[in-house]
Amino acid sequence: MLGFILKRIALLIPTLLGITIVSFGFVRVLPGDPVLLMAGERGIKPERYQKLMEQFGYDRPIWEQYFDYLNQLLHGNLGNSLVTKQPVITEFFTLFPATVELSICALIIAVSIGIPAGIIAASKRGSFWDQSLMGTALVGYSMPIFWWGLLLIIVFSGWLQWTPVSGRISLLYFFPDVTGFMLIDSLLSGQKGAFTSALSHLVLPSIVLATIPLAVIARQTRSAMLEVLGEDYVRTARAKGLSPARVVGVHALRNAMIPVITVIGLSVGTLLAGAILTETIFSWPGIGKWMVDSISRRDYPVVQSGLLMIAIVVMVVNLLVDMTYGLINPRIRHD
Amino acid sequence: MTDITNSPSALDVKRQMRRQMLADFWFYFSENRGAVIGLWVFIALVTLAVFAPVFAPHGATQQYRDALLVPPVWQDGGQWKFLLGTDAVGRDMLSRLIYGARFSLFIGVVVVGIAATTGVSVGLIAGYYRGAVDTVIMRIMDIILAFPSLLLALVMVAILGPGLLNAMIAIAIVLQPHFVRLTRASVLNERGKDYVTSARVAGASPFYLMTRTILPNCLGPVTVQATLSFSNAILDAAALGFLGMGAQPPTPEWGTMLAEAREFILRAWWVVTFPGLAILITVLAVNLVGDGLRDALDPKMKRS
Repeated sequence: MLGFILKRIALLIPTLLGITIVSFGFVRVLPGDPVLLMAGERGIKPERYQKLMEQFGYDRPIWEQYFDYLNQLLHGNLGNSLVTKQPVITEFFTLFPATVELSICALIIAVSIGIPAGIIAASKRGSFWDQSLMGTALVGYSMPIFWWGLLLIIVFSGWLQWTPVSGRISLLYFFPDVTGFMLIDSLLSGQKGAFTSALSHLVLPSIVLATIPLAVIARQTRSAMLEVLGEDYVRTARAKGLSPARVVGVHALRNAMIPVITVIGLSVGTLLAGAILTETIFSWPGIGKWMVDSISRRDYPVVQSGLLMIAIVVMVVNLLVDMTYGLINPRIRHD
Repeated sequence: MTDITNSPSALDVKRQMRRQMLADFWFYFSENRGAVIGLWVFIALVTLAVFAPVFAPHGATQQYRDALLVPPVWQDGGQWKFLLGTDAVGRDMLSRLIYGARFSLFIGVVVVGIAATTGVSVGLIAGYYRGAVDTVIMRIMDIILAFPSLLLALVMVAILGPGLLNAMIAIAIVLQPHFVRLTRASVLNERGKDYVTSARVAGASPFYLMTRTILPNCLGPVTVQATLSFSNAILDAAALGFLGMGAQPPTPEWGTMLAEAREFILRAWWVVTFPGLAILITVLAVNLVGDGLRDALDPKMKRS
């Protein structure tokens, strides 16, 4: 197993280098002068221009700049935001928990509804249930989630007034940041109503973010189950007289889970992409909104390093998924 | 050799085989009711888009200054002149939606066209030549796939400058690795088979082998991927438009319309609801067709 893990990590190194080239090249491929571009339409004084050129090292050869960039990265220096002047890495780790909290809730919704839906559809293939579940899944899969979020706001925040429109918690509550997860911190603070407030802020964004992964997981579970239900060992289990619930729940499900876990792992990328839209709609202070805001503010150091950090997160999660995969299915380790 | 393949009887056999294949395909496709419905909706959308000036009651950017935020006709204050109401500057929603179909379908066609042609060619080369070429190509694709697609497209558009054309290029770039991987995998599967070897022995050039011998046998999965990418392209372009990075106002692109409508969300539900519904219906129709295609083209599904 250790060898398998080390091999997977070694395979990531070229991709990781490639990702740094992309994020490094990002500002350099901008047509024109990077300093002028960052200055925007306001223009810039010649002295300041010269100073910035030297500060960023744009006057040196490109490969030297790249190695310098790599060196800085290895020392954990991702540059400073042009707007807030804060180190990008500090901003990233301040905002990241919000995105993680939202993504975890979305993933819980997606898995806890998607897998049972897929199992029901597969075990009652062709029935009314199968058709309506899979029809709904296809609608979810085709959903423009930014619109879906707006619709939910219209209904639940506008008409019914059940949930707040934006943010992570009501402004009435203040408590120290312990874990960065609002649900846990609000409980720890012991303030009355804080947890409910945090939860009511979280519900709609989680549903929106969960929609596409849920649909994908339901569809994948169904097709994986259908495949497995046709196998000989399932027929054997049935012939032995085991109850249908046991055949589906024990014999079929375990083997059907492998492709489903892959899909769950892959949906981390989907979640982060979805977070861009979901967080923008609900003003959720996470990295998705941070990226969108930075792009519109031309805060290039943030965009550059944010892109890098998000890619690394996706890579690490994929690595973890690969490892789980190796644990569940020992055959893969010896590939 | 040319004499044999082009003799009248051989041509007839070929034509008959092709007709039989098409009939088979349609048989399996039409078994899937959803797919047929999707196809009809899609055809209707194409018709709407092509003949937009005929169907649309008003111009897409024509403003009626005395009819701002008029609700749909079935609600109090609705007017027959504006069936689905008007937006904040008095433009007819229905007309804008109809014109918007042009953009979404155009985006889908162009993006899939670019992504599929480049992706399939690169995948063919990688799978056929293997070795170093393959490694380099696949590593580059891994790098593109390491980023969440919408984020990468968003950043690329930020570099290239907001606009529909740049958005389409960015989306094509992020969708293309899927075609490369898929084509490469099927080429790897096909290239060792006897019919390829026999064509090579008969003296076919690598180009002929790639495009005429191997490619046709890899097209099934590529077609399914193309429909999937078509709906992804429409969704991503709308998302970029929504974030202000795609088509720019006053273009009646559905995502851009949603972005413009956001501030009226609690006052005028119709300006938000209809453009999104249009996106959903279009994407759903394409995905239904895609599911049908997958069932009809995947030999594994046919046994059931």
